[in-house]
Amino acid sequence: MKRDYSLLGPDGARAVETGLAAAEWYHTEVPRKVMKELMQRSDQPAIRDTVIWLGSMVVLAGIGIAFWPSFWTIPAWLAYGVLYGSASDSRWHECGHGTAFRTAWMNNAVYEIASFMIMRNSATWRWSHARHHTDTYIVGRDPEIAVMRPPAFFKLILNFFGVFDVAAALPRLAYNAVLGPTTEEKTFVPQSEWGKVARVARIHMAIYLATLALAIWLGSILPLMVIGLPRLYGAWHHVMTGLLQHGGLADNVIDHRLNSRTVYMNPISRFVYWNMNYHVEHHMFPMVPYHALPRLHDAIKHDLPAPNPSIAAGFAEMWPALRRQLRYEDYFLRRELPEGAKPYREDFHRAALGDLPETAIPAE
Amino acid sequence: MSQWIRACATDDVDEEDLIRFDHAGETYAIYHSPEGDFFATAGKCTHEDVHLCDGLVMGHLVECPKHNGQFDYRTGEAKRAPVCVNLRTYPIRVEAGAVFIEVP
Ligand code: FES
Repeated sequence: MKRDYSLLGPDGARAVETGLAAAEWYHTEVPRKVMKELMQRSDQPAIRDTVIWLGSMVVLAGIGIAFWPSFWTIPAWLAYGVLYGSASDSRWHECGHGTAFRTAWMNNAVYEIASFMIMRNSATWRWSHARHHTDTYIVGRDPEIAVMRPPAFFKLILNFFGVFDVAAALPRLAYNAVLGPTTEEKTFVPQSEWGKVARVARIHMAIYLATLALAIWLGSILPLMVIGLPRLYGAWHHVMTGLLQHGGLADNVIDHRLNSRTVYMNPISRFVYWNMNYHVEHHMFPMVPYHALPRLHDAIKHDLPAPNPSIAAGFAEMWPALRRQLRYEDYFLRRELPEGAKPYREDFHRAALGDLPETAIPAE
Repeated sequence: MSQWIRACATDDVDEEDLIRFDHAGETYAIYHSPEGDFFATAGKCTHEDVHLCDGLVMGHLVECPKHNGQFDYRTGEAKRAPVCVNLRTYPIRVEAGAVFIEVP
């Protein structure tokens, strides 16, 4: 089945007609008392992590600038790049949900800083992400589908260095700064926010132009190594973890156990990614802050497919599935549920997906 | 013609929490504030068709479980994106350990 990912196209309209859009999603039962405790907000973990995050960036950029252009600054730039071009993605995400800190202004401040680093318009993406949660991987509804079918491998690989993201972000930034939201953006950003989209774009644009002017004046790319370029050379970590979120899994379903992936990760990746490796858990219960996700995982793992034991294991599972989708667009990985888990709702998903691919597609 | 309906007992709702109350095909949310007062609003978020009863009460705010939009449940005022439209509120009365809500 050919997929049309446009938000204005026939697949989106069909999802609305069939009730797939804005549907009631599956949730694992969690006693209210436990859930209330898991949802509790606190400033302390996010303040600690933000001080480490921004503090490390200042130190690493300081080393990079002080010893520029020595070869020995490369490790400092590589680490700085990941904190700028990848950790910003998870900060943008958590603060956009408003769950990272208890205090609203702290969430908003970190959200604005992270949005700038990851080259997203803070006023637009808040809404696109709301849609991603309403209609996760519903074709034609979700504006944040990272791997479309058939997967464009060339694009995926170049995006480890942010190439396509930045190539799309800059013209959009210019458009937003001059004309406000695009026609597609207007489908999910309420009209009351259109002015803000333009204002934010103008601020981002002004910072980039000032950085560029400084680089030209100094005759050096050093200012761009600090602002702008790390979105390219430090993007790989967020692309790596981001692909694992939904890659190779089902689309057009209303059960996050079918379309999201939880992966156990090393502590550094979990710091950069702010625990979003517990991705099924996050989608099922977006109210639970990042620091409580490991506890949520323990509370509901009996009802979820087994997590992948490492990033490498996640890729080993996902990559062949993506390759298979090149030939069979309807193919997806369907993970077994543990014994005693509530079964997937076959009836509904069969209707949504047409023929189930396992039976329709020969093994390679 | 509006009428007063018994929604729940006062101890059905923990302090700083809410419960769902359904009546005549409508759904409502009953709140118990940290000061011990009770309030009532429409039971579903104004952003999408989502019950607020699975959300979180923090002080005088209720946070929607779907996209973390927030309302002041005392006034219904929308406080945090993605909610933009205020929540309807309903008068409430506490009598002899029971919470009554005035519904239209
Ligand atoms: S449904 Fe309540 S914030 Fe979106």
